This record gives sequence, C-alpha cells and structure tokens, in this order.
Amino acid sequence: MAKGRYLRGASRRSILQQFGAAAVGISFAGGLSACGGGGGGGNTVNFYNWDTYIGPTTLDDFREATGTTVNMSLFATNDELFARLRAGNPGFDVIVPSNEFVTRMSQAQLIQELDHAQIPNMSNLLPEFQDAAFDPGRRYSMPYTWLVLGIGYRKSAMPAGFVPNSWRYLFDSPQFTQRIALLSESADLIRLCAKYQGISLNNIPDANLTSIEQMLIRQKPHIKAFHEDDGQDLLASGEIDIVLEYNGDMAQLMSAEGGEDFDFVVPTEGTLINSDCLCIPIGAPNAAGAHAFINYLLDAEAGQKITEEIQYPTPNAAVAAGMGAAYQGNPVIFPPADVMARSEYGAFEGDERSRLYEEIFTRISAA
Amino acid sequence: MEQTWKQAKAAFAAIAVPPIAWLVLFFLVPMGVIWAYSFGENTGPITIDFTGTFANYARAVEPLYLQIFLKSLIVAGITTVLCLIIGFPVALAIAFASPRAKAWLLLLIMLPFWTNLLIRTFALIAVLREQGYVNFALEWLWNNASGFMTLIGLQPLGEYEPLTLLYNNTAVIIGLVYVHLPFMVLPLYSALDRMDRSLMEASLDLGAGHLRTILLVVVPLAAPGIASGILITFIPALGAYLTPDLLGGTDSQMIANVIERQFKRANDWPFGAALSFLLMYLTFIAIAAQAFIQRKSERRG
Repeated sequence: MAKGRYLRGASRRSILQQFGAAAVGISFAGGLSACGGGGGGGNTVNFYNWDTYIGPTTLDDFREATGTTVNMSLFATNDELFARLRAGNPGFDVIVPSNEFVTRMSQAQLIQELDHAQIPNMSNLLPEFQDAAFDPGRRYSMPYTWLVLGIGYRKSAMPAGFVPNSWRYLFDSPQFTQRIALLSESADLIRLCAKYQGISLNNIPDANLTSIEQMLIRQKPHIKAFHEDDGQDLLASGEIDIVLEYNGDMAQLMSAEGGEDFDFVVPTEGTLINSDCLCIPIGAPNAAGAHAFINYLLDAEAGQKITEEIQYPTPNAAVAAGMGAAYQGNPVIFPPADVMARSEYGAFEGDERSRLYEEIFTRISAA
Repeated sequence: MEQTWKQAKAAFAAIAVPPIAWLVLFFLVPMGVIWAYSFGENTGPITIDFTGTFANYARAVEPLYLQIFLKSLIVAGITTVLCLIIGFPVALAIAFASPRAKAWLLLLIMLPFWTNLLIRTFALIAVLREQGYVNFALEWLWNNASGFMTLIGLQPLGEYEPLTLLYNNTAVIIGLVYVHLPFMVLPLYSALDRMDRSLMEASLDLGAGHLRTILLVVVPLAAPGIASGILITFIPALGAYLTPDLLGGTDSQMIANVIERQFKRANDWPFGAALSFLLMYLTFIAIAAQAFIQRKSERRG
C-alpha cells in the first residue's frame, strides 16, 4: 500500500527526473532509428515532452488523421531539455520548454521561427495568449498549457477553518516547523520570496536578494526538505503537511483516491505563472510535420482530450469552451482573478542571473 | 613455460588495441574536453571560449565551496568507516563459511546490484519514512507494550509518535552505507580468502586470543584489501548525488549536487568542470595514498 501510494501521484516532472538524461537517451535512440528506417523522416515527428503531459489517444489520433507517426520521448526539467539541445539537436522536431526557456533558447538560437500560416489553429487561442512578453509576436512558440505555483496542504493538519493563504507560512513562520517542503528550484524560490516581500519577481534589487537569503536561512530549521518537484508525494506519504507545488500536480493528487484531505491555495500576494510552449528546434528533421503536429495539438477536439487527462489550465479558448463545469470552476486549476492579477510571468534575465540565484541557493543549503 | 608479451607482440596488440581505443575515445577524450572547459569562460548561453583562465578554480576554492567539499569528505569518511566496521565481520564470516554457503552468501552480497540504484533508494524511502516499515514495526511494539502496561495496572504509554528518519544527514549516511557496503565487503573477502590460514592457527596455538589474532594477524595481512575497500567505497561516496538529493534534508547537499546544478540549472559548464576536476584531484590523491600503502605492505611481506 505504502509504496504504491508513493508512486501514484503522477507528475509532469516525475520520478523520471532522477533517471536523468541516460534513460531518456535510450528511449530516444529507439525513436531515432525508427525515424531513419521510416525513410527520410517525412512521415515521422520526434516529440520531446514532459511526462504525463499528453492525452491517452492523442498520438494515435494524429497518426490516423495524417499518417504521420509521432515518437514521444520524455524530459523532466527545462534544464535537462536545454542541456540536451545545447550541444546540437539530436533529432527532435517538437519540444515543450517553459516561457523563460523559450526566451533563452531563442537567444541561444536553438529554436526556429514558426510559420504561422501552417498553424491556422492559432486562432483558437485566448486573446491574451496570442502574444506573449517572453516571445513577442509568438514568433518561436505556441502555448500548450499554463501553470502556477502555490501552496498544497493537508486539511486535517490545519487549525479549524484555517487556509494557509500567504507565502509567510512557507518562508517566514515557524508555525509548521519541520512539516514544510519547498521546491529546490533556486530561481522559483527566490522569486516567490520577492512576491512575499511585495515586490515584482523580475529585476529583484540586490538589497532584497540579501534579505531573501537571510530570511530563508532563518527559516531553514523549520523546513524539512527541498523537494525535486515531488512535493505532492511527500504530502501524500505523510512526511509533511504544507508544500510549494504546481497547481496541476496538486489537482492530480486531489482527484486521486484519498485526495479529499488535500487542498491547494495560491497565496494572496500573487505568484509565479509559467507557460509551457510548443517549439521547433533548429535542425528539426521534419519541420513541416512539426508544424502540422503543433497545429493538431491546438485543435479544439484534440486539445480537449489532452486537457481532460492532464488537468492543467489551457490557453485554448476552443478547448476551454468544450470542458465541463468541474474543470472550468475548479479553483485549483483556475485561481481567483484578483490573485491572478497580482501574479507575474518570470522573465529570462540572462545566464548571469541564473548563476547568481544558484549561488544564493547553494549558500542557503550550506548555511 | 612462462611467456612474456614480448614474445607474442601481434597477439598482444590484437587484444590490447580495442580496450585502449575504447579508453581513449570514450574516457580520455571526453575527460580532456571537460578539463579544457574548466579553463574556459562563458561567452553566451551555449558558447564557451577556452581562454586558459583560472577564474573557475579561484571561485571553486572560495570558502563556500571548500566548506561543501569538507562536508562531503566528512560524510564520505563516516560512510567508509561504518562500511569497514560492518563489512569486516561480514567478509570474515563469508571467508570462513563452507564452500556451499560461501557461494550463497556472495550471491546475497551481489544481489542488490541487480536493481537500479534509484529503485533501491526509493525502497529505502518506503522503509524509513514516517509511514514506513520501521515506524510500523515500532508502532506495533509500542502499542503492545502499552497494552501490557495497562494489563499490569500501570499507565498506558500514550500515542505513538513516529520517528523522523528521513530528510536529514543521518538518512544520507544510512543510504550511503547501504549502497556502498558491497563495495567494501568484496575486496575484504578476496583478501581474507587468500590469507594463509596456518598463520592464524599458529597465533592461536601460541596463546593469542581470537580478538588479538584478528587485530594483530588478520588485519595486517588483509591491509591491502582494506585499503582497496576503503578506496572503492570512499570515492563513489564522495561523488554521491542521488542519495543526498533523495534522502537528505535542507543541509545535506554534497559537492556532486552542486556540480550537477552547475551543468543544469546554472548553465555554467566551466565552473562545473572546475569543481569536478577538484574532486578528481582529490581522488588521485586517495589512489596515490592507497598505492603507497600497498607498496609498503608488499615490501614488508
């Protein structure tokens, strides 16, 4: 029972992460040889995606509709995706980086410009997703999902009627001492602390970085673990009561068996919004097929099957219109409008910045 | 008649060339590239210039990183000592078991290698966590003890509070000892198995007790095995990153975790390479020390 439960909460960034690039490389080698045998890559698309991030029949449906076979292989973090492509595209046609990495990869000339004429389903997107600050004019990317970080918690461990609706309970309070787990992503952590301090999560001033570091070092004795995006599993197994996690991961946990004791809240200070996007890397063997596949994923019916499975917010108006009230009105999937209004996308601020955040996190861990 | 390789150069070359080519192509060349990176500078998100700078090493020996190196050395050292203390009696028992039992015991030692390290670590999580098997067993004992106390008219013990066994440095050391124990047992076993038993018999006949015989006769004779066991345990333990990542708490980071993050999150390959090579230099020192001990003991023997 115990072990099954631990492994059940399927995550976008799952156990796969720990296997690292090696396991992914093996699965992909199969995909590539299949591609080579298929004759020039004309009828094959190599799709590099997150785990549990596609509909159960999507790839088969696409093959039936177009005759193109999709080989899907999986990555676990944006860093892994980036590290794999920086030495040259090993044969991927479609990849799914998050917003910041769309900017970083376009700057590094790892992804190519999209031909919007080949993606007519772009018109299905909600108006606010037709353009994006991280990719002006959507030149390089089409949105696939969006997601927010928030606080997942165990209802029975809270005082009666209490909702931990502030970042304070994670970053700056002994209330849940040794029952807290935080995501071990340095940039996300520091940016959310900035939100807690009431400033923008982009262009954080040095003075705030110093005070954030001190705050987290002060909070460290109360934190049980920095988790590798498996926070929902730590919560489910009873190790902790309150965790920094993505809304989709918590929605999956809450819809699973025994999920009624868990809830998710986006703190009133606002949060970090991410958007995972479909892109075509430079050197894709089948760019035409990649465009057709991206167009298919933005289709109303195909998109609905994906969304029903993965339970993430969709940027697709045509898909949203077809989804039921249980999805549309789910406050975990769609946080309240006033909280969303105080939330921001994280911009890519250059590699120097990522290194600075990483060093701050190393200092916090070593303190 | 004994032949040296000089008498069969062609055959020797045919056998030696493939492994040497393999070593050069897949080990020395990639290592050389990483070594070159450690003297490089980031000039863009994916471009590195080989400028010959020592800036990466200068940063790697800052107190922050030295402190993490030191912590990793301590954790790996404790792991090695525990492995030696636990592994030596095990190896001794296997060496003195009957041939039939010996085969089974060695199989048991090697069995964990058939399972992926990640799976074994997750299994350890299932054992150690608050709702894990250790706590289940303790809770069962606690409740029975509590029932017994009530039975004999004493106060019951109250609610069982699960022990926190995961997400701290102890958990990391438990995990590292668990993973590395076979690496210690196997070289110890091979040293003890080859030992001349008559020397032990002589020691016992001449009046030394069992403990004295082990400490003064067996241990010195097994010294080369102990040295290679220590080395083969210490080096991978020093570079462990999965175990501290999965079992560790907020202050359990080891140097390999920092290196991993340089290659991934921080996208700073030159600095990651410099840290890796510092670790490598430490490893070379350890190997040199082991060779020194071996030579000394051979000279004495």
